[in-house]
Amino acid sequence: MSYGTALSACRALFVRDFSLVWRQRGDALNPMLFAIMVVVLFPFALGPEPNALARIASGTILVALLLAGLLSLDALFRSDFEDGSLEQLVLSPHPLPLLLACKIAVHWLTTALPLLLAAPLLGELLYLPRSELPVLLAALALSTPLLSLIGAVCVALTVGMRRSGMLLALLVLPLYVPVLIFAAGACNAAGQGLPVLAPLLWLGAGLALALVLAPLACAAALRISLS
Amino acid sequence: MNPLVLWFHKLGSPPYFYRLAGRLLPWLWGLGLISLAVGLYGGLVLAPSDYQQSDAFRIIYVHVPSAWMSLFIYAFMAVNGFIALIWRIKLSETLAMASAPIGAAFTFICLATGSIWGKPMWGTWWTWDARLTSELVLLFLYFGVMGLYQAIEDRRQASRAAAFLALVGIVNLPIVHFSVNWWNTLHQGSTVRLFGPSLIDSRMLWPLLVMAVATKFLFAASLLSRARVDLLELEAGKDWARQVALADGDAA
Repeated sequence: MSYGTALSACRALFVRDFSLVWRQRGDALNPMLFAIMVVVLFPFALGPEPNALARIASGTILVALLLAGLLSLDALFRSDFEDGSLEQLVLSPHPLPLLLACKIAVHWLTTALPLLLAAPLLGELLYLPRSELPVLLAALALSTPLLSLIGAVCVALTVGMRRSGMLLALLVLPLYVPVLIFAAGACNAAGQGLPVLAPLLWLGAGLALALVLAPLACAAALRISLS
Repeated sequence: MNPLVLWFHKLGSPPYFYRLAGRLLPWLWGLGLISLAVGLYGGLVLAPSDYQQSDAFRIIYVHVPSAWMSLFIYAFMAVNGFIALIWRIKLSETLAMASAPIGAAFTFICLATGSIWGKPMWGTWWTWDARLTSELVLLFLYFGVMGLYQAIEDRRQASRAAAFLALVGIVNLPIVHFSVNWWNTLHQGSTVRLFGPSLIDSRMLWPLLVMAVATKFLFAASLLSRARVDLLELEAGKDWARQVALADGDAA
């Protein structure tokens, strides 16, 4: 019996995950709506002065997107675990880290990319200075895949638990802290007119490392959870 | 078989470890409490007061050893977790999970004493500098490991999952250790050096080193006590645990 190549398995997985998301496209917008709601809460809580809002704009957007990503993480493996296809994935003859990397990529494209596209709108809501916007977008483009990759490792550990929401936050947030620090560091430096390259390069280095290691770690974690 | 290898294999067996730990425990507690008393007396009474901070500096005799232990125990937990994941040794799983609450306690003591000292010296309970933040993240990592361990029903699977999380979190250890060198922070750099002369007067140094030894003994004693209980729980259905329970029942 032939199993096809790893490449064809990846392609099949991409098509399957994308069509699953497409058939429930209403749900796919939820993270974006959540992020917009969180950002909208800030002017109510802090008062609508443009100066005060502009100063916290980039940090607020980073945290809102981070939380939206955290809430959407749970969906990464849940439905696959419930209908048993996750176990089939683990049993398949193709390298599990590669397949998981495909799943994480689809997850990033369908949840984090819309958030990234919404970021300029969110920035406008909080009077984000125009000069900071490109740096914020660059920081988000580098940090959201990093967050998805780190989060996938943790979510693989909690797969199969009934109520994993709070626990997942406890596991993931400490690991998110360094990413947030560098992303916010780049935005703050841009706000003060300082060079922004160093924190962005750190994020890029982290992303390169996570791209290689996180799928491997995710696969190991998944094998522990499903054993 | 080589006697050392044989002993190592024996050590991995829960009943053997249970008995050995039971024999070691009184010694470890005794040595720990004695060195704690000596270290505290030396630090709080014998050491001269600081020319700038007078007596307030004496909190380092609790703060610094706890900080060392917070890192040491995390490394211990991660190494045991690694062994548990690779070689599936039950004892390592137990040791890794038993050390997590102790490490969290030391981390908390370190943070608490630090902020008590910081209020009069820096004028603030807390500052968001690199070392304080990374130590706080370390505390959250301990909580994450403990939370994950509690959340999974199957004990062995729980300890494997939590051990894996501990391994992922180990990236934080070098950040805590080198944070005072990498970033220019409010927290002072280290004055005690493993290699080369320390920047602290020897009359102040020796109680600190005694305290470091004391915390190691206390950790070992606490760890073995916890591990014995955990092993009994884990092996509740086995013959040896039954015999231990029956023997304890007869003695009482």
